[in-house]
Amino acid sequence: MLVLDWILIVIAGWLALGVAGIGALRNTAFVARVLFPAGAVLAVALAGLAVAGLLGTPETAVLAIGLPDLPFHLRLDGLSAFFLLVIGAISFGISIFAAGYFRHGEGTPPGLMCLEYHLFLASMALVVLADDAYAFMVMWETMALSSFFLVTANHRVPAIREAGFLYLLIAHIGAIGILLCFGVLQANTGDYTFANMRAQSLSPLWASAAFLLATVGFGAKAGILPLHVWLPEAHPAAPSPVSALMSAVMLKTAIYGLLRVSFDLLGAQQWWWGVLLLAVGLATALYGVVFSAVQTDMKRLLAYSSIENIGLLFVGIGLGVLFNAYGMKALSALALTAALYHVVGHAFFKSLLFLATGSVLHATGERSLGKLGGLMRRMPWVAWLSLVGVLASSGLPPFSGFVSEWLLLQSFLFTTGLPDSFLNMLVPVLAAGIALVAALAGYTMVKFYGVIFLGQPREPKLADAHPASPLERAGLVWLGAGCVLLGLFPVAVIGLIDPVTRLLVGGGIAETVRANGWLLLSPSSPDRASYSPLVFLGVVSLAVLLAVVLVRKLYHGRLRRAPAWDCGYPAQTARMQDTAEGFGQPIRQIFEPFFRMRRELPSPFDAKPHYRVTIEDHFWHWLYLPVARLTSAIARGVGRLQQGRIAIYLLYSFVTLMVLLVVVKS
Amino acid sequence: MNTLLAQSINLFAVVLLVLAFAMIAQRRILTLIHLFTLQGAALAVATLIVGYLTGQHHLYFSAALTFVLKVILIPILLHRVIQRLNVRWDVETLFNIPTTMLIGIVLVIFAFNLAAPIAGLSTSIARGTLGIALACVLLSFLMMIVRAKAVPQVIGFLSMENGLFFAATAATSGMPMIVELGIAFDVLVGILILGVFMFQIREQFDSLDIRHLEKLKED
Repeated sequence: MLVLDWILIVIAGWLALGVAGIGALRNTAFVARVLFPAGAVLAVALAGLAVAGLLGTPETAVLAIGLPDLPFHLRLDGLSAFFLLVIGAISFGISIFAAGYFRHGEGTPPGLMCLEYHLFLASMALVVLADDAYAFMVMWETMALSSFFLVTANHRVPAIREAGFLYLLIAHIGAIGILLCFGVLQANTGDYTFANMRAQSLSPLWASAAFLLATVGFGAKAGILPLHVWLPEAHPAAPSPVSALMSAVMLKTAIYGLLRVSFDLLGAQQWWWGVLLLAVGLATALYGVVFSAVQTDMKRLLAYSSIENIGLLFVGIGLGVLFNAYGMKALSALALTAALYHVVGHAFFKSLLFLATGSVLHATGERSLGKLGGLMRRMPWVAWLSLVGVLASSGLPPFSGFVSEWLLLQSFLFTTGLPDSFLNMLVPVLAAGIALVAALAGYTMVKFYGVIFLGQPREPKLADAHPASPLERAGLVWLGAGCVLLGLFPVAVIGLIDPVTRLLVGGGIAETVRANGWLLLSPSSPDRASYSPLVFLGVVSLAVLLAVVLVRKLYHGRLRRAPAWDCGYPAQTARMQDTAEGFGQPIRQIFEPFFRMRRELPSPFDAKPHYRVTIEDHFWHWLYLPVARLTSAIARGVGRLQQGRIAIYLLYSFVTLMVLLVVVKS
Repeated sequence: MNTLLAQSINLFAVVLLVLAFAMIAQRRILTLIHLFTLQGAALAVATLIVGYLTGQHHLYFSAALTFVLKVILIPILLHRVIQRLNVRWDVETLFNIPTTMLIGIVLVIFAFNLAAPIAGLSTSIARGTLGIALACVLLSFLMMIVRAKAVPQVIGFLSMENGLFFAATAATSGMPMIVELGIAFDVLVGILILGVFMFQIREQFDSLDIRHLEKLKED
């Protein structure tokens, strides 16, 4: 049997679990203890199969389901196998976590949740396997709809319904873009298989049109500027395992689509596409991270952080396009490797952090950072594993985030070799922007971690916070281990990415990297730049160990315990700690033009002072509200036709039809 | 044999047209449903013959689909609706029937005039029937306009779809399969939703007279 057949069996297994969930609609114990763990087993099987597919040759299959004369074409190649690996590996952790998480049954009954969840997983796997536009769109829409129902699991809350509507709206704007893109790609042949699209050679104008449509379509799903507004609404609305799945995996299917269209289906690329992706990506990253730094809701903070990471991915892909357009295959492969590395890295650490917020939410019932704090002592497992995720997210060695950001910056250093003089001056400037984004991401993560887990509990009820259940911990441990291993063994991971870049640009960096041995990562040559995570880890651990030993041995006995200095103000409470607002205040000041901020400061004589600050997105007022107003103005104009009599309405249609027919005839 | 079959397509086309006129003239809902069923059957047979003559196997699917939907499923649904609503003897029209018939004749002439150049271009075996198909669409539309009650309007809508389907078969030997399937499901879902609406209308106004719906207009 082919690998693809086994993968289809796994997907069918997920669907079967979903149907079984319908059978046990309200049996929470059965769904949580049997169905979700079974889904996790299938997920790990999928990850294993994906590795086999990644190292093997492309396979195709035709599924006879669908419509008569219009079957689903499927194809497993390096690119799809790589994303299947991400889907399998991440959803393994999330499914295990979910088995411990969905216990009270919030809103939607657990069985229905199980169906939506596994349908979502299956549709994502089929999106990356699809080999014709029809199968792709069907699966893409299934993915959007199943995730919409997952987001609105708690649909009795009006804000959640609104978030779901916004998500669905933007998902459909994106879907229209993708559909039109496929329409352009098939070049009037009427054959919508990807094989046919590859064979077409479009004129530069039409190729650019297809590329722009794909950027808008997939960008809407990924959350690039200015189509990002659904992300910070939908992620907090969804249950945490769902937010994790959406942020870590679903956004990546959009990246998959962009790579598939711009590198695989469109033949020759133009240099300005790369510049466009770079500019959009950098703007998105900067916007995301600045907004992330001022959030006070922990899940919104992570959602904006996802926007930032999507921006970084677009920057990596943009560089890849730019190098590829000038025929620099190896450098293009380097930039794409950085982007794909970040795809896996981000998937691991973002799902870890979202799940950790889920545990915190269940333990405390609080999402607002202003009411958390000091949870390290109450929930040590979650706290330590979150630390791993936070460090990876900040791009610190020896975790996964560092490797991908380092590779990205490395590829920026080669842009001076571009043949265009403007580009080789301007593009390195963008690298400074990336460095700024990385630094601000670190700042945001310090805020996230510090406010939730460190310090003193800000509310008395936090003392009752219960630690996460064993299954939740197991899921978090898997994802945390992923962050660490991805950081420690970059050479092995690049070996897995190599088939993908070979497929996309016909070059790879694995050979260069392997030549230096598995210990040392060096994308071009060791003289230029190299990084050895294990050595780094060893030196750091050694230094820490040495310091501990020195302190213990040399200073032991001279240690004196005394109360900490209280600034001369003995009556200290937990509310006097630095708050999330306080921590984000410098960013609010420095990046003021980014925000639309309203602040209410209390008067000095107020006996019960209240401080309130709301931060809004400019894009609401620049783009979304004008469009909404225009729509309702048009609707009012059209409303004058409304007479209230059906016969009159039908007459309108009838007269229109007759007039059109007469016009056609003459 | 084949010429005979080709001629028989014209025969069925005429049957469709006559049935469309009969539906305009018919006051009783029960008879209206019977006429609609007959129209569906004629359409299915015509599609089958076109499919046989042109050798396009997907037309067999279409014919089967038409038969199942329009001869069996939808009439059953309609019968159940009128039984539960107890509205077998609807009579009212907005215009009187002779006037409507006269307008109908004008429409048929218009449709034939319109279809003449297109039929000349078409190479399909049933090209002569395009005018008839178009006339069926327009007549059904007329029926929707002049009826005051909900059930006949729904039947007018369904019969318009019959005409449309026949036009597609006549002019181009059928639409792509996916379009036909889409339309078929739309019609099925449409009838279900309209059925729900009919119950709701009666709940609200104690009558199926759609003139009551004028109150719903937003000011």
